[in-house]
Amino acid sequence: MDNYEFHWNVVFDAFPQLLTGAFTTVHVSVLSMLVGIIIAVLLALGKMSETKVFYHIANIWIEIARNTPALFLIYMAYFGLGAYGIHLSPYVSVFSALVFINAGYLAETFRGGFQSIPKTQYSAAKSLGMNNIKVYRYIILPQMFRRIYHPMTNQFVWSILMSSLGILVGMNELSGETQRLQSTSFRTLEFFMVAAVMYYVITKLVLLAADLIAKKVFKGEIS
Amino acid sequence: MIEIKGVHKSFGDLEVLKGIDLTVNRGEVVSIIGASGSGKSTLLYCINAIESINKGNIIVDGIDVHDKKTDINALRQNLGMVFQQWNSFPHLTVLENAALAPQVVKGFSKEKAEEIATKELKHVGLGDKLHEYPTKMSGGQQQRLAIARALAMEPPYMLFDEVTSALDPELVGEVLDTLRLLRDDGMTMICVTHEIAFAKEVSDKVAFFHEGLIEEIGTPQEVLDNPQKERTQQFLSKVL
Repeated sequence: MDNYEFHWNVVFDAFPQLLTGAFTTVHVSVLSMLVGIIIAVLLALGKMSETKVFYHIANIWIEIARNTPALFLIYMAYFGLGAYGIHLSPYVSVFSALVFINAGYLAETFRGGFQSIPKTQYSAAKSLGMNNIKVYRYIILPQMFRRIYHPMTNQFVWSILMSSLGILVGMNELSGETQRLQSTSFRTLEFFMVAAVMYYVITKLVLLAADLIAKKVFKGEIS
Repeated sequence: MIEIKGVHKSFGDLEVLKGIDLTVNRGEVVSIIGASGSGKSTLLYCINAIESINKGNIIVDGIDVHDKKTDINALRQNLGMVFQQWNSFPHLTVLENAALAPQVVKGFSKEKAEEIATKELKHVGLGDKLHEYPTKMSGGQQQRLAIARALAMEPPYMLFDEVTSALDPELVGEVLDTLRLLRDDGMTMICVTHEIAFAKEVSDKVAFFHEGLIEEIGTPQEVLDNPQKERTQQFLSKVL
């Protein structure tokens, strides 16, 4: 180790491949967030539903998503479903697992955000003659969105980092690509250091963009 | 005119209003006093149908509030309401708070809504706060904002639900001053209040509520200075 010589050239030569991998990382994270958000809305409504069936479906989904390792879910999607003759690609396996988990976490975020708006805000809006749609459109949802915005950003960062588990099912995202490149060049340390920096830059850019958007969109109190 | 006829209201097994009759004419200021839990606030919530009623009628300018066919959102535009907790909309500026409902409920243009809102905000003394956010303001200022926000809908009636109860003592005065201003403008008001001195000063009629019934009603002189009923006397001796 004392004699280890860093060779960066091989990493720079492979940089286009790393970038392609990084693009796949961002791609799967963004998609898993978008689909996750849609399902999370339904799960949050289910969790608040008076109908027992909806409540239990939502509850079981949320409990599994929040209390099992992401890796198990990816393995179950990739290897486990094979038992039923369903063969998913690495991308789809990782995507499905991330969607499943994102939906579970975000559902609780949404429910919390929704329930954190005081009931008196409804009364005040209604007393001004607003119907239900207007109450939600102008009063409830804008306030709720502020409260769930930063937890959503965190979930997005989590997705970016967790997509690196794709390495274990041979997905060609940033980690998988790094793994492949280092195994043929034996520049393990260099490749993983550069990949780590790339993850860092991606997540920082996401957080920076999120803050800029927040400052532009959310005026006044951000709770 | 607001006519309240034989109104009963229960929450589960608890009957909060046990047959209330009350008439409020245009231009009148009616104060409702009484102990906590006597049904004062509930009556206000029933007048603008935030709460339903179990029996009786509430008629506002000839329209039955609790009739299924009544367009309640249209009716509420005539019944401005201010709550104990001011309920500013924290994501909107002071001006936006007051201009929102005229825009989205009445369909006024942004310019016209803001013009009305600005006028009302100046009226309650918030002319210099138009572009601030309410969360930065004191409770008294937020309560005046709530009043201006309701006034911006230009309602003929205003309902006030213990609007000074949640305020720090030094802020009560500015809100009461605003209510005096409205009284001088000739606004029809129903004030549920614990401020007996204020009720005496501004009211045409005072109603003393006891356990879901109007125990005594009359001019402030009758009810507050010479109460006939023992319960009114007991209540006043405790609060004065």
